[in-house]
Amino acid sequence: MENLWIIVAMGAVTYLPRAIPLAVLAQIKIPEGFIRWLRFVPVAVLAALLAPELLLRDGAFDLSLSNHYLLAAVPCFLVAVKTKNLLLTVGVGLAAAILLQSYLPGV
Amino acid sequence: MMRKYWGKEMMSLPTTEATLKTANPVGELAAGVSQATPIMLGYVVLAMAFGILAREAGLTILETVAMSVIVFAGASQFIAAGMFAAAMSPATIILTTFLVNLRHILMSASLAPYLRGLKLHSYALLGWGITDETFAVHSTVYRERRRHHWFIYGTNFAAYAAWVSGTVIGALFGSIVPGIDQLPLGFALPAMFICLLVMQLSDRLVLYAGVLAAGLSLLFGQLWEGNWNIILATVLTATIASGWEKWKISG
Repeated sequence: MENLWIIVAMGAVTYLPRAIPLAVLAQIKIPEGFIRWLRFVPVAVLAALLAPELLLRDGAFDLSLSNHYLLAAVPCFLVAVKTKNLLLTVGVGLAAAILLQSYLPGV
Repeated sequence: MMRKYWGKEMMSLPTTEATLKTANPVGELAAGVSQATPIMLGYVVLAMAFGILAREAGLTILETVAMSVIVFAGASQFIAAGMFAAAMSPATIILTTFLVNLRHILMSASLAPYLRGLKLHSYALLGWGITDETFAVHSTVYRERRRHHWFIYGTNFAAYAAWVSGTVIGALFGSIVPGIDQLPLGFALPAMFICLLVMQLSDRLVLYAGVLAAGLSLLFGQLWEGNWNIILATVLTATIASGWEKWKISG
């Protein structure tokens, strides 16, 4: 039972940072400088999340052939640049990741 | 090619009020759901892995599913499961969850300019569904075209449904189907991020900002534990890039 209360509290501290900035900022006039600042948030968040995912394993840099995520990312980038098609990129990425796992195990 | 004047670009888009009047909410909802397909794929698999892990960590089926229903934030749930297994104090678990999920502040704020003029309960509901993945989709979609906010409900609801049902499957049947979480299906999410990142690259400055954020995130990740690298890299990158842009425009 105590665990459930911890989980409810986890939910609360997760929800508030998600909802408050949107609810407040959408209803006030946002200074132009801040809008300019916010413009770079999506690309920065995406790159900041993605880079460790692809380049690190267990917290250390892994640029070897056994880093399948990094290898599978190559065709993903190519397809994304060429087509900008979300589903196609994901399909190619998954196919690459599964093929790598089957034929280049060496982990 | 270069979109220098973000303010002007924002103004050239139809206002939320205009979109609200002309768009068909149900159609937008359906479009949002279909846009969520890659997210759902990745979430089902990751949530199954979470369900299995949380059960192994000693949580009951009810607690495991409750965490996905109530918290709905992948990375922090995996971390919390580990902390429950290690019998850490409630305060430590809650504080860690807060810190790991604090990055949503930035995402929530950056969607605000697109979603003006709605009711408070709409914001309460829209904020609920902000995850790394839904944010990535919405910030990309809204840059191209203003949508009805039911589009966001569609994506978020589909993602949430996938997350919760994956958790249920993992918690109930995880031990029966061994190996399913060994398949690299979780790569659906990084693959999606790659495409969304590429779609964000509207001009050279945004590209440089992405490279800078990637480098800073790796650097800060080596320096400090936890998720601070995401927040710090984003704040620093946005500050440098917007400062640079303002300096260049003003002379």
